[in-house]
Amino acid sequence: MPNNPTPLAEPVESPISTSSISGQAGSNTGEPESRKVHAALTRSSTGNEDLRELESGLDSLQSDAARAARIDWSRILLPVAALVVLVLAWQFYVSLGFKRRDLVPGPLDVLGQFGTLWADGSLQEAVWTSLQRGIVGFLISVVIATPIGLLLAQVAPLRRAFGPLISGLQVLPSVAWVPAAIIWFGLTDATVYFVVFMGAIPSIINGLISGVDQIPPQYRSVGTVLGANRVQMALQIVLPAALPGYLSGLKQGWAFSWRSLMAAEIIAVGGTIGFGLGSMLNQGRDLADMTIVMSAILLILAVGILIELLVFAPIEKRLLRRRGLLAGSTR
Amino acid sequence: MPVVLENLGKRFGDGAPVLDDVNASIAQGEFVALLGASGCGKSTLLNIMAGLELPTSGALEVPSDGAAFMFQDAALFPWLTARENIELALKLRGVGKSERRTKANELLDLVHLGGAGDKRPHELSGGMRQRVSLARSLAQDRQLLLMDEPFAALDAITRDLLHDELERIWKETGRTIVFVTHNVREAVRLGQRVLLLSSRPGRVVQEWNVTEEHRTDAGLAGQLTGVITARLREEIRRHAK
Ligand SMILES: Nc1ncnc2c1ncn2[C@@H]1O[C@H](COP(=O)(O)OP(=O)(O)O)[C@@H](O)[C@H]1O
Ligand SMILES: [Mg+2]
Repeated sequence: MPNNPTPLAEPVESPISTSSISGQAGSNTGEPESRKVHAALTRSSTGNEDLRELESGLDSLQSDAARAARIDWSRILLPVAALVVLVLAWQFYVSLGFKRRDLVPGPLDVLGQFGTLWADGSLQEAVWTSLQRGIVGFLISVVIATPIGLLLAQVAPLRRAFGPLISGLQVLPSVAWVPAAIIWFGLTDATVYFVVFMGAIPSIINGLISGVDQIPPQYRSVGTVLGANRVQMALQIVLPAALPGYLSGLKQGWAFSWRSLMAAEIIAVGGTIGFGLGSMLNQGRDLADMTIVMSAILLILAVGILIELLVFAPIEKRLLRRRGLLAGSTR
Repeated sequence: MPVVLENLGKRFGDGAPVLDDVNASIAQGEFVALLGASGCGKSTLLNIMAGLELPTSGALEVPSDGAAFMFQDAALFPWLTARENIELALKLRGVGKSERRTKANELLDLVHLGGAGDKRPHELSGGMRQRVSLARSLAQDRQLLLMDEPFAALDAITRDLLHDELERIWKETGRTIVFVTHNVREAVRLGQRVLLLSSRPGRVVQEWNVTEEHRTDAGLAGQLTGVITARLREEIRRHAK
């Protein structure tokens, strides 16, 4: 800072109180000395340039220096270590020989089965079929649920009317729809998709509604003051403001899609329904082959974890970081 | 007269009236400080002027195009950068895309934040956020600017600078400003006229003119502050049991 003596405010409270106002407060006001004491009451900078300089000094003092992001290896190594520990524990338990090997296969047996399934191509087929269905079903659910959720969140009478029903649907296990779907659509892909929709759509709608509920009321006031109409308010202010809640609704919606899909695939086998992971699980049961069952379970789990790690986690992290909501979390 | 309030009254539900018989008129280009104890209805009055709430009685005259508004906390949208926040105000006003960018940069420059346009609200200090918020309310391009304790949450050093800043911008842009505060010194520092609002019910009970001498002569300003403080305390003491 250059050497011009700026009469910047000093942290001195005004010496004037109600009792001392009568008469002498303004006694020696002519001198510039007294200005410093009362700086907060008068102009405290000497012009635009001075002000600009003061402000930029203060700005740099008050802003955090940008911290460079580094790869945090513990994020990768710790989960891998946890996995290794679990597999070792599994192997250890199996090697103790409490149970028959065909009832509780060890990690190596399952790995062997993986190899067999991979070699005859059924592993790839099952993963691909299920994944494709899960993703398509989920995306269609998003397209259906988003406008409905926004409408319900923004229009109070609609919300009152349908809110309880939507929350109720979320509690109903979507497997409950499988018999109905089979009766209506037979053993076709439509059955699988129907069950996925009934699982995912209510939870996405609910996520969006609760995201909207958590918006600070002030955002709407700002929108009104800035002159936003109803549509602009919904699309430019409410939707982006509700994005964190919406995203957790989407995550839950995906989880529901994936679970519903597995339920549907296990129950509805045959017809024109292709061979998915649920079908593989069912096949393992029919053959009473525990290694196939375990392989299918591990694959279902792996797909779930990978989608979370590769799709939702980065999006969520980016979203929260941009809004300054990530500091201090244990992610 | 851009703003005229006539016998304005407001009550919430069937409680006691928050505002009762408020009368005031504010001239074009004037800077008026609206002073009152916490809870006396300052925000309510300002919200009524902004059209965010309706009065229950009386009449008011405000510019037909509405008013720009600045909130106590900056109320910036956290998903937008500083510049995008300003651009949103321009967009909702119907300014074209290419013009928006230039205009937003000009406004950022006006509040001395030329280099911070790409920062997000959480990366800015409290004072910077309020300046972005000020720039956004200027982007609304309304003659009338309503400010609800915009500097109350800032530290003293920053607040003093923003007082200078606001005075400068007021002079440059010729806006009519109604500035709400519970801080007597702030009211004297900024207002050309200080209106004192009583509590329960809120009513304009007295007003003072602040001259150019008060801006440079700390003693004079201090004296006026003392007088107004005394009157405010008298108003508060009335409610003692
Ligand atoms: N929406 C509301 N509903 C009921 N009472 C309210 C509402 N808004 C404000 N009030 C009441 O009106 C009074 C004045 O509030 P406010 O205008 O916020 O005061 P100030 O801004 O001067 O601190 C307070 O007693 C408050 O409780
Ligand atoms: Mg208030």
